[in-house]
Amino acid sequence: MTDTPVSPSRSDTAQAVKAGLRRRYAAERRFKAYGIAAIGVALLMLGILFGTIIANGWSAFRQTYVQIDVLVDAAEIDPDGNRDPKILSRGDYEKLIKLSLREIFPDVKKRKEKRELYDLVSSGAAFDLRDDVMADPSLVGQTVSLWVPASDDIDMFMKGYISAEVAEDERRVSDKQIARIESLREQGRISTGFNLRFFTGGDSREPELAGIAGAALGTLWTMLVVLALAFPLGVMSAVYLEEFAPKNRWTDIIEVNINNLAAVPSIVFGLLGLAVFLNFFGMPRSAPLVGGLVLALMTLPTIIIAGRAALKAVPPSIREGALGLGASRMQMVVGNVLPLAMPGMLTGAIIGMARALGETAPLLMIGMVAFIVDLPKNPLDAATVLPVQIFLWADSPERAFVERTSAATIVLLVFLILMNLGAVLLRKKFERRW
Amino acid sequence: MMLTRMFAVAGLALVIGAGAAEARDQIRIVGSSTVFPFSTAVAERFGKTTDFKTPVVEATGSGGGLKLFCAGVGVGHPDITNSSRRIKASEVKMCADNGVAEVVEVKIGYDGIVVANSKKAAQYALTLKDLFLALAKDVPDGAGKLTPNPYKTWKDVNPDLPATKIEVLGPPPTSGTRDAFVELALEGGCKSFDWIEALKKSDKNRYKAICHTIREDGAYVEAGENDNLIVQKLEANPDALGVFGFSFLDQNSDKVQGSKIDGVEPEFELIAEGEYPISRPLFFYVKKAHVGVVPGIAEFLAEFTSDKAWGEEGYLGDKGLIPMLEDERAEWTEKAAGLVPLSM
Repeated sequence: MTDTPVSPSRSDTAQAVKAGLRRRYAAERRFKAYGIAAIGVALLMLGILFGTIIANGWSAFRQTYVQIDVLVDAAEIDPDGNRDPKILSRGDYEKLIKLSLREIFPDVKKRKEKRELYDLVSSGAAFDLRDDVMADPSLVGQTVSLWVPASDDIDMFMKGYISAEVAEDERRVSDKQIARIESLREQGRISTGFNLRFFTGGDSREPELAGIAGAALGTLWTMLVVLALAFPLGVMSAVYLEEFAPKNRWTDIIEVNINNLAAVPSIVFGLLGLAVFLNFFGMPRSAPLVGGLVLALMTLPTIIIAGRAALKAVPPSIREGALGLGASRMQMVVGNVLPLAMPGMLTGAIIGMARALGETAPLLMIGMVAFIVDLPKNPLDAATVLPVQIFLWADSPERAFVERTSAATIVLLVFLILMNLGAVLLRKKFERRW
Repeated sequence: MMLTRMFAVAGLALVIGAGAAEARDQIRIVGSSTVFPFSTAVAERFGKTTDFKTPVVEATGSGGGLKLFCAGVGVGHPDITNSSRRIKASEVKMCADNGVAEVVEVKIGYDGIVVANSKKAAQYALTLKDLFLALAKDVPDGAGKLTPNPYKTWKDVNPDLPATKIEVLGPPPTSGTRDAFVELALEGGCKSFDWIEALKKSDKNRYKAICHTIREDGAYVEAGENDNLIVQKLEANPDALGVFGFSFLDQNSDKVQGSKIDGVEPEFELIAEGEYPISRPLFFYVKKAHVGVVPGIAEFLAEFTSDKAWGEEGYLGDKGLIPMLEDERAEWTEKAAGLVPLSM
């Protein structure tokens, strides 16, 4: 037996490990629990956000309508009887609507009562009637049965946002109006239906007439300009920097600057747009073209960075193979590398554009935060975009704009989810692993 | 192939864009966010009832609007600017320096600023002096000196008021509503101290510093430009008061109540008659050189100044504008129709 120094025996080590084991397992469980809690909090926040928006907004997709029978009196709107569109468009259709309401409630005599009665239907009713008559002049002289939107206060009342319990002078719907709504309901003249106008109309100061089509079209034009500019520029820059450019100090500086540009706050691009596109080039204010230019500058760095990452992911063996078979560098890039890198580049472009879709700050400077009724027919017409529309409605005093704000947010979120989904699908479908 | 086509489209769009600035057939309006709801309502009606395009209205704030407006004559500059205060002499000069010589002023009515709280609590009856003492940064200590605002509850300010903590939600300094509130309410209360009023002549800057500075110790909470948000917060917190425009009180009269100021309720008629102390006139300014160049300006003025719009029962009243009395309306209608330029 020799005296070997007593090293900690195996059983000692095992004991030490065992003693600590419980603590280590517990620490691991805690760590996992923290992670799950973090995800839980994030999901909860998201749930609350979506929950409140949807709960507040879904009712805006429905609208209360009132049925009235209007006598399109030739004496009122077409005194000469020659159906001249110019004369027809000038007619006092509001009066016709008012007369038809009086027909339903013949007992209304006093001035204030009349006013309250006329307030039951939207001021847009007269314009609807005019459009119908303009489209079909044979309606003149006939009695037309029309479903017209109820005014915003009545709509709010029907949806339960205004309670009849509160004292009369504290709510915007009077007792008489409530009685009239009841009587209309008994006659089957009131109904709630899909709010088509919300999707086809431009902005309006009357909540019941306001729609998001103008903002959605503005967004579409803006995004087209962004895509047409930022994508080709981004792809070309990425390809040159990654495949052709020599690695020297100049390309390093360019690279650092592109990374910096990606982190510049968006309002700065708006200031640039104001100074360069509006003041120097004299482009029109509020035009989606200018908005698109500004947002394209903003998304360009994102696209370049994503593009370079996608090109880097293409293995060098592909390049070497192509070159080895005698392809020129350009043939190699266009024929072999780019198709493989394209899904990654498209993903980058879509994510960059999704960010641009939600921007309002840079657009403030170039006049796209504005009240615009007419739908933009091309990228030069004055237009606004969805997030700006949400901002404008959120700031309007009328109660009915609250639900419309949330409804517009739902539409914007659907747009964003679709775009991000597109990015994920593209990646899933074309992604190659080596 | 596809790339080159995209470049071509973008290039073409640029060229067209530069050309489009040469002519314009749509009225452009900028300016105050307080006047915005009224201006847009008229713009929409105008677009629907005439053959002209609907004017584009931007909310840039009164000062920002006048800056854009005075930048020059030509279709690249706005035709009309809204303002929740009268144009300043310095701005008239800026306009003139840039060639905007003739500006037509149109007063459209009044806006009341209300101090409101939730219906769940009792209505307040405040004086301008209470508001000043509760909200100013430094207040008189009774010995002709100033002391940092010591008041914690409304009862400290005025024994008749409840012993609730002073908590006022109001607009941030960028807002025109804030400017008007400070000028009309705080300065109004500030002037009730004789020695401060005397300062106005001897040391104007100090007078302004005393009367126009709001306390920053948390009693006044800047709640953002969104008045709807203030209404929602008041509903959730019955102890707080909120400062916002009359139209928001009008729309939410089931949720919030306006406080009496100097014994006057914030009601439509009382503001119109000038009884209510915190109210201000609203204006818009028209570039005379653009009338006849950009189509529809004269017709737009006619629509805005018609009884149907700004009259006692007009649609602007429904939007919360407080109309002028009949004589005053007639006077301004005449000025607008005759395009009488502003002289200061």
